[in-house]
Amino acid sequence: MTDRNEGYDEWIDALSEGAGYALVCPEGHGSLPPRRVCPECGASPLSEEPLPETGTVETYTVVHVPSPRFADDAPYVTAVARFGPIRLTGIVRGVDGDLEGVGDGDPVEVGTAVEAGVGERETDDGRIVVLRPVET
Amino acid sequence: MTEVRVAGVGLTRFGSHPERTGRDLFAEAADRAFADAGVERDDVGELNYGNFMGALAEHQGHQAPLMAEAAAVRCPATRYESACASAGVAVREAVRTVRSGEADVVLAGGMERMTNLDTEGATEGLAIAADDLFEVRAGVTFPGAYALMARAYFEAHGGDREDLAHVASKNHENALPNEYAQFRTAVSVEEALDSPPVAEPLHLYDACPITDGASALVLVSEEYAAENDVDAPVAVTGTGQGTDRMALADRADLASTPAAADAATAAYDDAGVGPADVDVAEVHDCFTIAEVLAVESLGFAEPGEGIAAARDGLTTADGDLPVNLSGGLKAKGHPVGATGGSQIAELTRLLRGDHPNSEHVPDADVGVAHNAGGTVASAVVHVLEVAE
Ligand SMILES: [Zn+2]
Repeated sequence: MTDRNEGYDEWIDALSEGAGYALVCPEGHGSLPPRRVCPECGASPLSEEPLPETGTVETYTVVHVPSPRFADDAPYVTAVARFGPIRLTGIVRGVDGDLEGVGDGDPVEVGTAVEAGVGERETDDGRIVVLRPVET
Repeated sequence: MTEVRVAGVGLTRFGSHPERTGRDLFAEAADRAFADAGVERDDVGELNYGNFMGALAEHQGHQAPLMAEAAAVRCPATRYESACASAGVAVREAVRTVRSGEADVVLAGGMERMTNLDTEGATEGLAIAADDLFEVRAGVTFPGAYALMARAYFEAHGGDREDLAHVASKNHENALPNEYAQFRTAVSVEEALDSPPVAEPLHLYDACPITDGASALVLVSEEYAAENDVDAPVAVTGTGQGTDRMALADRADLASTPAAADAATAAYDDAGVGPADVDVAEVHDCFTIAEVLAVESLGFAEPGEGIAAARDGLTTADGDLPVNLSGGLKAKGHPVGATGGSQIAELTRLLRGDHPNSEHVPDADVGVAHNAGGTVASAVVHVLEVAE
């Protein structure tokens, strides 16, 4: 038994070091690893292109009923944000890494600028994509 | 190509039966379908069975032979899994099997046992229909995914929670006379609005319940029905299926469901009908926003206008195009792997005139069933027509 997922693990390692990337095909379609060909058009090779420093929230939800892996994290905010050729789905956290304000005024809106990094679930320390609002 | 007829339909009461085994649930639905059809079990050439999370819920893989035993049929038996569209794809393959002449009689349907798990277990089970690496690990639950779509829809087209509450209220009203429905209680728009949040902007009454249940259909060829004096007045005249990128974030648009539109186009073309011909529909309203997206994908409303369909009365029982007269997943319940079969069972009864809500569609000739998997990465649409 292994918890490793080749391709994904290297990608989230890079994201945690501030070096997140998208895979981009010769036609310019973005995707996330592991990929052998572009899922949109089947083209290859795919190059690793750095993600823009900030992305834009396109939609979000405040989750009150979690799955067991997020039992101690709820309520929490999951958002989908556009970063250049791809979107990322992540947990929104404030600059302090907490969820203060959730439930009485959302910490994000559609259009909020965010940066992407990696944090840990409170429930089991599992690694998660974290989106943090940034001043623009 | 032979025409496919619905010879018989069978359902369990949908609801909370935590101690009943999956094999017993499916056996009950199959028993009712055979009784309704008047078809001999020996004549069944294939069993197509839908199930999503049986490995988690009952620690039971390889369910198809188990269900063949439960239904007392001895024939090729296969389990189909496409999340909440599992029974939809099982029925679709049954239609194709009968059309091809491979079998004259196919038993199709599905089963899900869910309430033996606690809420967390069921939430985890449902979440595995999403992309594990890029969605589930980011906290996306099943309601959460649809909440992301609802927020995107509001941003793109307007609309609000009150519009969605009208969908919930309508479907609860429709379930009142349905003896198979999990909830036979009226819910007002105000009650729906006041319910607690699950994944904002969706609240408790925007969501379908956790449900145990099974569905079964006996599908036969037109020739078999004629030769055996089987009364099967409803035909499946169109079938279509669509696929989209697995993760919501990878889709071109977060506020529409093109897999369902693709499935609908294929099913309409197959049947030679269009959205304007449809008299009644059962759609996959696992959440209220899902009904909105379905109504648009099926061509009943333009993009951005489906949100008003329930509020304005288009899709209510006395509207021009009643949607979810069964109560829908919302009030009738959503035993995931059974749902696609139950929609066709309900539509068949509505078209035959023996459904408690048939009075609302006395002249209906064409019905549509829309069954979706995950966040509509999978979609199946069927067209049913009164043939006799
Ligand atoms: Zn490409």
